[in-house]
Amino acid sequence: MNDVIKIIKNKNLSFEQKVIELARYAENSIAPIELSNETKEMIDKGIICDLFEGNAPYRPRYIIVDFNKFMKKGSTFLELSPPKTLLEAVNNLLIFYKHIPSITTMPVYIGNIDYILEPFIKGDEDYEVIKLFLNHIDKTITDSFCHANIGPKYTKAGELILKASKELQNPTPNITLKYDENITPIEFAKLAIETSLITAKPSFANDKIFRADFNGDYAIASCYNGLKIGGGSHTLVRSRLFRLAKESKNIDDFLNNQLVKLVNNMTDYMDKRIKFIVEESGFFESNFLVKEEFIKIDNFTAMFGIVGLAEAVNYLLKLEGKKDRFGHSKIANELGYKIIETIDNLVKKHKGIYCNFSNNKYLLHAQVGIDSDTDCTPGCRIPIGEEPEIFEHIIQSAPFHKFFPSGIGDVFRFDKTTRNNLESILDIIKGGFKQGLRYISFYEDNADVVRITGYLVKRSEIEKLDNNQVVLRDTTVLGKGARDNMKVLERKLRK
Amino acid sequence: MDNKVLINKIIPFSSVDGPGNRTAIFLQGCNFNCKYCHNPETINICNNCGECVKFCKFNALKLKNNKINYNQNNCVNCDECIKHCKYNSSPKVIEYTVSTLVNEILKYKNFIRGITFSGGECSINHLFITQFAKEIKQYNLDVYVDTNGYIDFTSLNDFVNIVDKFMLDVKAFDRNIHKKLTGKTNETVLKNLKFLIKNNKIYEIRTVLIKEIDYFDTINYVVPLIKDTNIRYKLIKYRKYGVRKKYKNLSAISDDEIKKIIQLFPKYFNFITV
Ligand code: SF4
Ligand code: SF4
Repeated sequence: MNDVIKIIKNKNLSFEQKVIELARYAENSIAPIELSNETKEMIDKGIICDLFEGNAPYRPRYIIVDFNKFMKKGSTFLELSPPKTLLEAVNNLLIFYKHIPSITTMPVYIGNIDYILEPFIKGDEDYEVIKLFLNHIDKTITDSFCHANIGPKYTKAGELILKASKELQNPTPNITLKYDENITPIEFAKLAIETSLITAKPSFANDKIFRADFNGDYAIASCYNGLKIGGGSHTLVRSRLFRLAKESKNIDDFLNNQLVKLVNNMTDYMDKRIKFIVEESGFFESNFLVKEEFIKIDNFTAMFGIVGLAEAVNYLLKLEGKKDRFGHSKIANELGYKIIETIDNLVKKHKGIYCNFSNNKYLLHAQVGIDSDTDCTPGCRIPIGEEPEIFEHIIQSAPFHKFFPSGIGDVFRFDKTTRNNLESILDIIKGGFKQGLRYISFYEDNADVVRITGYLVKRSEIEKLDNNQVVLRDTTVLGKGARDNMKVLERKLRK
Repeated sequence: MDNKVLINKIIPFSSVDGPGNRTAIFLQGCNFNCKYCHNPETINICNNCGECVKFCKFNALKLKNNKINYNQNNCVNCDECIKHCKYNSSPKVIEYTVSTLVNEILKYKNFIRGITFSGGECSINHLFITQFAKEIKQYNLDVYVDTNGYIDFTSLNDFVNIVDKFMLDVKAFDRNIHKKLTGKTNETVLKNLKFLIKNNKIYEIRTVLIKEIDYFDTINYVVPLIKDTNIRYKLIKYRKYGVRKKYKNLSAISDDEIKKIIQLFPKYFNFITV
């Protein structure tokens, strides 16, 4: 109970943040999911981590609503009929968003907002409404894991969304432009790049690769998670590979014994969590999103995450007396590849549950890390401070992207001179996508809104936290931790 | 015959050397000796005197058979060698043939739109560039040349035809000032300027603005020539950074003066680099 009073008296939390913390506390006061001793031990050692999903999950972690259906049908539960005007459309959506659960209590995906609004757009005169819409989202969904998608086609709505984002410079919503060089016009892509230099979004998703992996339409949610529309992911559990490496005698032991043990325990843990959500929590029986078929259990999957590949590789090589470093040596990069390939094979062999859409296989996810990770670089990234030149960086990173349909990406920080030559960045994106890159983000050196690992924060808001003031967005707290522990604001500057 | 060239530096991705993302290639050797040169180590071809060897602490330089031997793998780019070269040269220069350079560029092919040759003064090696351009164009990459225009282009048909666009420095309109600044007079530069404009071969013209020099004279000459074209005119504010000590008496112009220029010729300056 001591912790409860601590939460209540905490002067750095907003009211909303306190309510969420208290709910978390209540959930974690019980432990209905039974774990094996081996799994427990791996969790205690920090090898396996469920990223604060809670002991008794009562909603899937990521919910990807079918917004097309909502726009067409409205909602009986919310007593909303289909919109006829832009104002009605925007109003319906803003209401709807507040009823989409997630691990943060706030929606992680709010739709391909350009396509769903386009039928109601008349022209530039709608700019004000779009701006108010986006600002409303930022001030009420106070968590920048909330993600909007635009593209790949040009729409007037998309153009207005980018222009308003540029003007507002809000961290929320995170935005992804689905990009295909044969579909997305150059001018639209250039506007997106300019917007991204000013306010760190949109990121660019390789539309061709995602479409192939998801057999058609897909959503980018939360940081950069590819998921099926009308579904989502029950859970995301991750492994800190570095900590697993520390348990190993040598590379052989890591590849042949430790990884097997990891995948066995982690998938078992995931099975159990999913079983609880689906069979015990009642979510799929009672929630209106399911009843009105905005989501269907058949479109769900679950995500098997990893972090800290770089540290694991460096550590394992050191065990064998080698000084090679991930991102800089052929031996190290090849070992990294071998590790991911092995994990991929093992995870594919496991038959999961209630993940029909992905044939009951769990999808790999290159998790971006959390603020308390001091020993793990996100996913398969090269540690900050050790990044090679951008060309080598992309070539090194690209081969990993195919393993991670549910999310992987690189972040680049550009010098302000690049703003004079937006097409130079477009050339890099196009080249990267040809090379197999799935997802890429960037921001400009001196911008206020910056990308931490996958989510966005305002530097000015972190400064408020530094001065012990209450801030609006919970992700700012994570961002401050990541700045202090992971040096995320010191990414190599690209000119 | 496979032409050869000495390369001072290759920047795989550059956003400041022409449209889109480009690979910038800096050739060694120049036919000017500009007072405000920011990389004077590109001016002369190394004479193998061996002076710089002893300043390299990383075992990257050796003098073998009276020739400098540079080991790129050991080099940490501390530039101590360049600092101690009294001959405005660099030992870190690598010889490429057309085919080795093409192979190098193919590594970046997916990411770039073209190649920009710079220097030094790259037009000295126009034969190499011509042969290289013929090869690289098979891969849908374009070729830009950043030049001081001192060699007469009107008689280099093959070269001018195969190069997509030129970036031309017009350092000064006044013949004497030009001579003072660069060591050479400017008749050919101005002839090339008109010739390249007429043949639609210029992407950008550049003039460095120095307080001590009448830059208005130059701007007034260039602007009417590019009036009805889409040629960019880039004014570069002189910076002391990297300039040799004995020439540090030159100074930059103020922001107010820049504003004045932009007001006078609003549409001709895409941007001014400071
Ligand atoms: S680089 Fe300069 S110092 Fe070194 S050998 Fe050549 S001319 Fe001599
Ligand atoms: S720049 Fe390279 S070659 Fe020159 S002194 Fe430094 S390490 Fe030696």
